[in-house]
This record gives sequence, C-alpha cells and structure tokens, in this order.
Amino acid sequence: MSSVNDVVIKIATVNGTGSASANGLLMKAIFRMGIPVVGKNYFPSNIQGLPTWYEVRVTGEGYQARSDRVDVMVAMNAQTYSRDMAEVGAGGWLIYDSTWPRSRLLTREDIHVLGIPLSKMCNEHFDGARARILMKNIAYVGALAALLNIDLDVITGLLQETYARKKQLIDANLEAIRLGYDYAIGHFDCPLPKTVERMDKTAGHVIIDGNTAAGLGCVYAGATVGAWYPITPSTSLMDAYKSFCKEFRMDEQSGGKKFCIVQAEDELAAIGVVLGATWNGARAFTPTSGPGISLMNEFIGFAYYAEVPAVIFDVQRTGPSTGMPTRTQQGDLLACAYASHGDTRHVLLFPANAEECFYSAIEAFDLADRLQTPVMVLSDLDIGMNDWMCPEFTWDDRYRPDRGKLLTAQQLEGMDKFYRYLDSDGDGITYRTLPGEHPKGSFFTRGSGHNKFGGYTEDSGEYQEVVDRLLVKWETARRLVPKPVVKYSKFNKEGILSVGSCDGAVREAMDLLKDRKVGLNYCRVKAFPFGEEVRDFIENHERVYVVEQNRDAQLRSLLMLDLEIDPAKLVAVLHYNGMPINARFVVDELLEKRAQGQAA
Amino acid sequence: MSYIAKPSVTHPKLPRNELGLTVRDYEGSVSTLCAGCGHDSITAALIQAVFELAIPPHMLGKMSGIGCSSKTPAYFVSQSHGFNSVHGRMPSVTTGANAANSELIYIGVSGDGDSLSIGMAQFAHVIRRNLNMCYIIENNGVYGLTKGQYSASADVGSTAKKGPANRQMPIDPVSTAIGLGATYIARGFSGDKKQLVPLIKGAIRHKGFALLDIISPCVTFNDHEGSTKSYAHTRQFYHQVIDADFVPPAKEIVVAYDEGAAMPVELHDGSRIVFRKLDKQYNPTSREEAFSFLRKSVRAGEIITGLLYIDEEAGDMHYLSGSVDRPLAKIPYEELNPGSGTLKKVMDRYR
Repeated sequence: MSSVNDVVIKIATVNGTGSASANGLLMKAIFRMGIPVVGKNYFPSNIQGLPTWYEVRVTGEGYQARSDRVDVMVAMNAQTYSRDMAEVGAGGWLIYDSTWPRSRLLTREDIHVLGIPLSKMCNEHFDGARARILMKNIAYVGALAALLNIDLDVITGLLQETYARKKQLIDANLEAIRLGYDYAIGHFDCPLPKTVERMDKTAGHVIIDGNTAAGLGCVYAGATVGAWYPITPSTSLMDAYKSFCKEFRMDEQSGGKKFCIVQAEDELAAIGVVLGATWNGARAFTPTSGPGISLMNEFIGFAYYAEVPAVIFDVQRTGPSTGMPTRTQQGDLLACAYASHGDTRHVLLFPANAEECFYSAIEAFDLADRLQTPVMVLSDLDIGMNDWMCPEFTWDDRYRPDRGKLLTAQQLEGMDKFYRYLDSDGDGITYRTLPGEHPKGSFFTRGSGHNKFGGYTEDSGEYQEVVDRLLVKWETARRLVPKPVVKYSKFNKEGILSVGSCDGAVREAMDLLKDRKVGLNYCRVKAFPFGEEVRDFIENHERVYVVEQNRDAQLRSLLMLDLEIDPAKLVAVLHYNGMPINARFVVDELLEKRAQGQAA
Repeated sequence: MSYIAKPSVTHPKLPRNELGLTVRDYEGSVSTLCAGCGHDSITAALIQAVFELAIPPHMLGKMSGIGCSSKTPAYFVSQSHGFNSVHGRMPSVTTGANAANSELIYIGVSGDGDSLSIGMAQFAHVIRRNLNMCYIIENNGVYGLTKGQYSASADVGSTAKKGPANRQMPIDPVSTAIGLGATYIARGFSGDKKQLVPLIKGAIRHKGFALLDIISPCVTFNDHEGSTKSYAHTRQFYHQVIDADFVPPAKEIVVAYDEGAAMPVELHDGSRIVFRKLDKQYNPTSREEAFSFLRKSVRAGEIITGLLYIDEEAGDMHYLSGSVDRPLAKIPYEELNPGSGTLKKVMDRYR
C-alpha cells in the first residue's frame, strides 16, 4: 500500500494540552511543500480534559472533504487509545508514547505499532510541566516528519516565522522537532511506504477557516456595527472581525474606532442592535448558530415585514436544542428559510468553503441593502472552524457597496411627499430614507399592520396589498441571488443536487462513481430562493439525489416548497451524525438508493 | 380607522422656537388611547419639551416596543422617525440605532410590562451600556391592551378591578436603575406636566442613559379604589423631594436658590439642571443615599418624585467602546475598506 501524497494522519490528544499549534505546524508544512491538505478538528464542548482529534488528509488530487480512513494514528490519549487503535486501517501505523508500557490486551496484528518515548525525551530535555507537555506535541511532529518525509527546512522556516520575536521558543521547538525526528530515523524504517513529496499545487492558495474569511468579508463590505452573543461555533467570526478592525479601522488622527461591536445580553438583543443600526444606515451583522436563530425569530419576522436590512451568519451546529455544539450539521435550513410567525420567507446564502464565506459576506450585505430584508449566510462548523485550502481572496478596488433604493437629501428635497412602501418601480422594492437625512424623509417603522404609505392599518385590503407586494419582491430576490454551480453533460440522466459543505465530498464521490461507470450531473445551490437554473436542472433529469447534512431532508423540502417539484423525483441522501460528510458515504448511499430506484 | 392625521391649523400668535416652529409642528396623529389616559398627558409634556429644546423633528428617533405606551410615538412629532419594534426589545434597537448614528436624539417610550417583564433583560443591559437616550416608562401597574392583568410594577396589596389583591413584590424601575448604574434617574407623574417638562428636557440633554419613570394611571383598568396606581392614590402619596429646573446653554441661571439647599449640575452640552431640595434628607448625587432614601419611602408608601439621581461624569456607550466622534453610518466607504493591497498582505499570513 505504498503511495505518494495520499495519506491520512489522525492525532488523538487531550483537550487543553496545546496540540493545536503542533497540528497546525504539521498541516502548514505539508501545504508549503506544495501539496493540497485538508485539516479537520474534532473537538469536545469542553475547555480541558476531554478527548480531541485532529485529522490531516494529504491529498495530491486536491480533494476538499475529509477521508473515511486513517493511515497513521498518533495516539497520545490513553483514554481513547483502544478506539483510536481500532480506527487505523489494515496495514497502517500507530504511533504511541512508549514512556509507559502498553497493555498487552491492546494489540492488532494487522498494523504497525511504533513506540516513541515522547514524554521521557521531553522530560529529559525541557524544564517545567507546561513546556514538557507542549514540546511532546512538537516532538511527534518531528517523528512524523521523518516517517513521512516532510521537509525539515520548511518546518524550521515556519517556526522561525511564528516565533520571530521569541528566539528561545524557536530553539526549544526545533529541539523538540529534532528529538522526534532523530528517534524515528534511529529506530524505524524511514520513510514509510506512504510519503509526501513536493508538488506545486498550492501556489496562489491560502489555508484559512470560514469564520475568519467571513469576518474579513464584513470588514471589506464596510460593516461598521457588529452585534453578537457568543455561541459556538460562530464566535471566531466576531473575533476575526474585531481583530481585523483593530488593525484596519482605527482613525489615524483621533485613535477612535471606525466600528462598534456590541456584545449583547442575548441573541434577541443582538439582532435588535443590528436592525437599529441598519435602519440608521450602517451595515450591521450578527454571527450566531442555531439556538441563536431560534431566539432571533421574532425580530427576523419584524425585519421581513418592516423591510429592514440585516445580515445574519448562522454557523450551523448539530441540533436540535443544544445538540452537539462542537459538531457540524446543516440542520437550520428550514428554520432560517421561514423564520418567525406569519407568512415569512428569507433570503439564504450557502457558502461551500472558506473562500465562499468571504465573498458571501459581501454579497449578503449588498443583497440585504438592495432587497431591504434579512439575508442569512448559512455556513456550518466544518466550514467555519476548520482550515480550508482555497485560492487566495482578491479584491477589486472599484467595488462600491450596493446600498439599494436609498433616497438622498437632494432627492428628497425635490419630492412632494415621501411614502415608505410605495412600489413605484414594480419590482416590489420600495424607496427608503435614513433618519436625520432630510425633514421630508421621515416615516414610521412598525411591525404592526401598515399600508403602502407607511401608516398604521387594520384594513384588510390595505394589509393584503403590502404582503402581496412582498411576494413581488421575493421574485426579484430570485433573480438577484447567486446562481447555482452546475456541472452538466447531456449524456447523464441522473443528477446530484447539494448544498454548502457537502460540496467537497460530492465532487470526490462523482469521481469515484465515474470509475464505476455511474455518470451524474451536479448542481450545487448557492442561495434560496432557488433560481430558474435550479428548476431547469431538476426538470432535465429523471432522478435527482439531494445530498445534505440533516436528518429530515430539509433542502429537499425547500425545493418542493419553493419550486413545487414532484417529491418522487428527489431522492434524499442524508448524513447527520455530526461529523463532516465524506465521499465514501455519498457513494455507498447513492448506489443503494439508486439500486432501490431501479428495482422499483 | 385608527390612523387619523390632525388638521394643521396654526394660530398666528403661537410662540415659535429657535427653529421658527410652533408647538403644533411637534404634534403627531390623534391618540387612540382611552379618554383620560395618563399616557396622553405624557405625550403632551414630550411635545412641549422637544418644542422648547428646538429639536429638528427629523433628528429625533422615537423608539418603542409593544403595549399602550409603545403606541404613543405615533402621537408626537410626526416629522420624526418612529421605530415601533417588538415587545420588550426597544432598548436593543435603540442601541443599534445609536451605534450607527450618535447625532440623533433618541426618546424611547416603554411601559411597565414592556420594560419590567418581557424586556427586563434589555432594560438592565441598556443601562449598563449607558446608552445616550431618554427612556420613559409610562408606569400604570397593569396590562391595558390585554384587559387588566397585573404588571410587575403592581404594588403588594393593590387590587385589580375584580379578584384578589396582588401579593407579589413589585419591581421598582427607579431603585432597579440606581442599582444597575443608570446616570440620570427621575420619577414623575402624568398629572404634573409642570414637573415633567424640565425632567424630560434634562433627560434628553443628559449624555448617557436617562430614565424617567412616570406614574401614568390607566383610567380603564387601574383607576379604582384599592389601586395604588390610580390618580387619587398617586395624588395623595405624591412626595416631590427635588425640584429640577432645566436651563439651556448660554442662559444665565435666574432661579433663586438658597446656598446649600440648591445646586446646579452642568450637562455635556453646557445646559444645566438646577436642583432645589424640597426634602432636606435627599442627596441626588449620591447613589447610595438615593437608594436608601428610596427604599425607605417605598416602605412608607410614598411616591417619591423629582430628579432622583444624576451623574454627568460617566461616559456613554461610544465613549466606553472608543468609537470615533463621527456617526459610523456616515463614514465614507473608502475609509472603511482596507483595499486590495492590504488584502494581499493579509493573505500572506495564511500560507
């Protein structure tokens, strides 16, 4: 089973022992060798003490999903040792800390077990309990470098950059790398049959997580007000926005901040802050997750009806209820699409990776302003918190925000009278003013029944006129939202339709299926409402497999609700155990459903 | 039909303010509240206060939640911007509005249900932020729109029109606000417009969170014998401890006061509040003393009114978060976007 640039390394450690920087070092070193990598962090809802895993998939092919196998397991956690060992594929390798004897019960004949006295070596070479624990992590990276043939110069370079101002740390880390490296060289047959080898596939690429990308997008979109209530897995989005703002948004003369972050008392308040700010003309956003969306429902309905823009990032996690806060899912599709009581429907954007988080942020603000309605960006934990290799983001300096139909003081001056909800263009979008702009611009914003002039009403006809006009606006939204990504060949009679972070696994699955002579077309939706291209795609196929990460086939339901698709045509392929979906799962499920369909 | 515009007839001799506007220019549509509702008297006092302060109508944000009180922004200053939000959530909307544009004047109108039950968390946290706003609670101890249930401000022993007396402890917005660190706290009575107008003017000019708890009897559900929020009860137990005059900037203090019994406090814009103590035991600049005085008076069944506490030194939300002086919503996009060159450098960190 020898191979080059196709290996999966999984590291099992204890939460809070500082393994994150070691794992990041490993992943980045491979990336800098020009080889595509996928990094996945499987962590507990805990600060310290519970088991945690990090998986690095080296994929010369450049696949984006996690793999379904483990070739090399670094088992640093006694608590999970037996299950970690069980996970190693036949013929694979298990590295463990041989400072302490291993139970004889824990053996497998079909794998290679490599003992390295990591604790013993680090205790001999470093002082202080914390340093010894941290360096143990760095030492296993050194051992992996020897076993997989990772370039030591690249690792050295990375450490020098990371600790540019702390020379002592560079020396200590390099020493730890050496300890692991030399031990492996001296005791094992290095390199293993599975190695890495320099490529040139990562030029022009970066490794970044989706939340950082989205936070950066908010800065570039010109958002000045961010309101939030901390919730996993969305917290790092606001952290990123804050740190980029501190760098790029300070007034040079006064030292004042050209942004305002409100850490609210709860999500009810966070969305209220956003609506107050956008009503007043700022671009404002709130990052949250499913439980936050539940709390925001009333205000989301208000914003829909009173037509106040808002940008909400829902970094989805496993529900229902508190669910598994550190696991991923696409379980909020329906809850977001129709959030709040009464007849409501909302524009959703579905980024599929970190790169799309950046651009979706810009798009979300433009659409919210243009459509005067909440726009929700549905990312998930896998996209938001894991590191993704993607093309570096670029910026066109000619870009200017689309603020939509916003009347200037000058325009108001020339008007007889301004009415807030008059559809003068026939696209369902009415003109809006900002408070303080001009005496003629005043209007009353309310969630209670209102007529097209903005006045309070309890008149049936007047009420209905406004909610019917909102449907016209919905059709305008359908034309404005991003189009799906479609891969089409007329020879294929079946298609896959998917969303968000399923993308990597689906595309890899399509390659695997092709090897089995199963040809499929592909449509990845990027927004709700669905455009005509989505309808066409489904109409052009006999059967469409809808791949998504929730139990109740929410995307499939949305397709039926929004486009009135015949349910029989849409076959659900569902992954919802909290782990990111992988290609093997898609292949197996799809083939099974396909066999059932053909038998029927 | 509950949306009626008032005819705009102006008497030529009506006094005009610095903007050349009359008090009629600050009116709103006709109130749809019950005849004799205390809230309408507060609306009248608000109109008088913003007229006298010569606030340009379009620079005023009228914020509210849900309930009888929250309907009132429709009844004053038609040419301003109203935001009638959702129940108990006016403070968060006003926080966002102020975050985006600190140049506007924000008057929030809430009720005892809106602030002390469903919106208690938002009420508490907007105080913590010391948001620059005038926050009025039209306090009648009862839910009007749903026909007469007790609210959280109903006193122990107060009776409803039907059924037994309330036995749960009330939440007093004034002592709650003192405890939470509000920087301008007053209580008034809808039946005393003369006292209300300067309290509102001071609250608007105060830079920070200004709370006005105004006892405002509900004539339909809570104005009977046995209610402690009735007109009769309020008049009987009304105890004004502080008389406050509002003096705009550039005007000399002409109010005569005895040394030691009265004192002026200067507000951020140069205007002043002149206190005259009516009760010698009272000190409106000591949070501790104000709190203990209030608690004693509650036990004595007195309704203490006046400007009860003021602190002009505490910074507002923007000061606390270090924002620029300019309204964030008006900063040109060119100043907000770091540009393509910077993005390239940022990208280099992720390789």
